[in-house]
Amino acid sequence: MSKKVLLGNEAIARGAYEAGCHVAAAYPGTPSTEILETIARDYRDIKSQWSPNEKVALEVVAGASIAGARALAAMKHVGLNVAADPLFTFSYTGVNGGMVIINADDPGAWSSQNEQDNRHFARAAKVPMIEPSGPAEAKEFVKLAFDISEQFDRPVIVRITTRIAHSQEIVELGEKKDVPVREFIRDPKKYVMIPAHARPRHKFIEEQLVKLKEYSNKSDLNRIEKGTTRRGIICNGVAYNYVKEVCPDDWVLKIGFIWPLPDDMIREFAGLVDEIIVVEELDPFIEEYVKAMGIKVRGKDIVPLLGELTPEIVDEALNKNRPLNSVPDYRNEIPGRPPQLCPGCPHAFVFEVLKKLDLHVNGDIGCYTLGVLPPYSAMHSQGCMGASIGMNLGFEKAHGPEMAAKSIAVIGDSTFIHSGITALIDLVYNKGTGTVLILDNRITAMTGHQDNPSTGKTLMGEDAYEIDLEQLVRAVGVKRVITVDPKNIEEFEKVVREEIAVREPSVIISLRKCVLIKN
Amino acid sequence: MKNVIFAGVGGQGVILASKILMEAAKNAGYGIKESEVHGMAQRGGSVDCHVRYGEKVYSPLIGKGHADYIVSLEILESMRKLDYLALDGTLIVSIEQINPAPVTVGTMKYPADLEEWIKSNVKNYKIVNTENAVKEVGSRKAMNIVMLGVLSKYLEFSMAEWETAIKNTVKDKFFDMNMKAFNAGRAF
Ligand SMILES: Cc1ncc(C[n+]2csc(CCOP(=O)(O)OP(=O)(O)O)c2C)c(N)n1
Ligand code: SF4
Repeated sequence: MSKKVLLGNEAIARGAYEAGCHVAAAYPGTPSTEILETIARDYRDIKSQWSPNEKVALEVVAGASIAGARALAAMKHVGLNVAADPLFTFSYTGVNGGMVIINADDPGAWSSQNEQDNRHFARAAKVPMIEPSGPAEAKEFVKLAFDISEQFDRPVIVRITTRIAHSQEIVELGEKKDVPVREFIRDPKKYVMIPAHARPRHKFIEEQLVKLKEYSNKSDLNRIEKGTTRRGIICNGVAYNYVKEVCPDDWVLKIGFIWPLPDDMIREFAGLVDEIIVVEELDPFIEEYVKAMGIKVRGKDIVPLLGELTPEIVDEALNKNRPLNSVPDYRNEIPGRPPQLCPGCPHAFVFEVLKKLDLHVNGDIGCYTLGVLPPYSAMHSQGCMGASIGMNLGFEKAHGPEMAAKSIAVIGDSTFIHSGITALIDLVYNKGTGTVLILDNRITAMTGHQDNPSTGKTLMGEDAYEIDLEQLVRAVGVKRVITVDPKNIEEFEKVVREEIAVREPSVIISLRKCVLIKN
Repeated sequence: MKNVIFAGVGGQGVILASKILMEAAKNAGYGIKESEVHGMAQRGGSVDCHVRYGEKVYSPLIGKGHADYIVSLEILESMRKLDYLALDGTLIVSIEQINPAPVTVGTMKYPADLEEWIKSNVKNYKIVNTENAVKEVGSRKAMNIVMLGVLSKYLEFSMAEWETAIKNTVKDKFFDMNMKAFNAGRAF
């Protein structure tokens, strides 16, 4: 077998390939993006695609699974919020071919709008979740996830974090398993969730959870590692590595099966040591569970709740007051280096104008969110993808149409297709008069330049129908639609002034290519 | 176990430099872990790569105070990483300056005394001016490999091992240019 140094996300793609996965769908999002990019580049037997958003990606994957294929969806943590609706009910239908969801959390919010802990989703949606501690494990866990999915008729979530997704190690490559696509046998009681079918399926999934707990108790995804002290550390994910390094003598219970947690093994572990500390990133998920079992543990009283753990943070929590062995810090204040729009970026022209007009800017997510920072400082509210248009309408509903003349929604092409279009329908339907600025830079730039339905190319590199944004916007009832190149600053400013002044919905498409687009 | 941090500004190529080092370490039979930065910060922000190799490596991150080498492709960026350097570790830094946003907009000044400060506070350092080297190689983008060449003098891998690592990592058509850059670095 050959060995290769792989990025966590590449190892996951490899795992899907070795597991005989047939279909993969995703919407990009750091730190999960490279999973589908690798599949499309290296494992072309897998039909892979960018979907317009995570909900659709998961639905495509659920359909493929129910139809009999092994299928994988990948998304960042907030992507699972978007895909939560299909998750919770495809949990009820279960699967036919194995169905695996790769969920990438981002402790530290390196590239995200929040640092939510998606282990809660597994519990809430009643689906099994497993979590590797590094790229090599990630590959094996993905393969196992497909097996568990088929064995227990459950979608399975593989949770990773940024530090797993974007770290590299040596991975042993295995052979591809050839798995035939199963037959689809019509079974509405399983696959059509009317209330009469959902109630018995609820019973079924609770029963499966009991079986899964037995499985988790025996699974070698969880393991006790002997120590020489009387102290035991329970840990998961990347934190396991920090624990092994800073407390090599302690007992360790490494949790790879996040949900359901292995009760018997936790009890056994508690019997082996005098004191237990849970070292986990973000929420006290394992800690609270173990406490609820009546076992005394420490955790978030010494391990930080916020941000990402690091070796020195875990060292400080577990070993207390170890002096740092480093050189003195530079004495003067160092200028920070926040990320910036590239020189010549089309968004830069836009924000120059928005700043000059001093509009209230309801922003969205993409490279253009950097418009919030100096030198522009021209974005004033922003939440999740697609929110700008609805928020802008909310501003108008709160303050009346005068507000619509002083505010603007700013959204990228990919984000507009992801979840802006429904809000635009709302704007027209509910008689808003606001202006929407679609920043069409011909690419999904922020996440590393992926194609999307408006670029005319698919993930696998085929030509596709290129959505005509003007037509799309007209079709939902917007009559004033203007496309303008923002580099023509004067013209652009004139258009913005005109459109915010009129008392009807209008859309300005600011069309200029991202400067980093190749060819 | 060796701990190396590559630091720089998004776009300078710290990931490629660390990839080549990992390839050399892998071929020498070591275990490896590496951690890198993708996403938002790559848009001209501060980036770094942690590379660790040895018999058994657990953590993909180097703990503060534990880096044996910090290789910084930009001098200001080396300042942000200093608390990672072990007391007997070595700072290898290019005097290259890339102005960060607060400097370009004029709210802050680029510190003028960084070289002096390093000389009087860091025990082991190597400060290099890569200006001529990148000119000779014919590409500013090769500075990462020049700096890798500087680092290579401190590490255990032979020239043949480095050559193989570079060959296995970069595209064929860039191999010669990268070797030239690497050798320029070794000459410092
Ligand atoms: C629900 C969700 N999915 C994915 C992301 C990751 N993400 C952030 S911005 C972005 C796309 C931005 O593309 P676009 O709107 O075209 O703007 P650009 O970056 O090209 O300016 C993505 C996918 C996210 N933040 N939230
Ligand atoms: S990647 Fe493209 S869209 Fe993003 S900042 Fe650079 S030029 Fe602008």
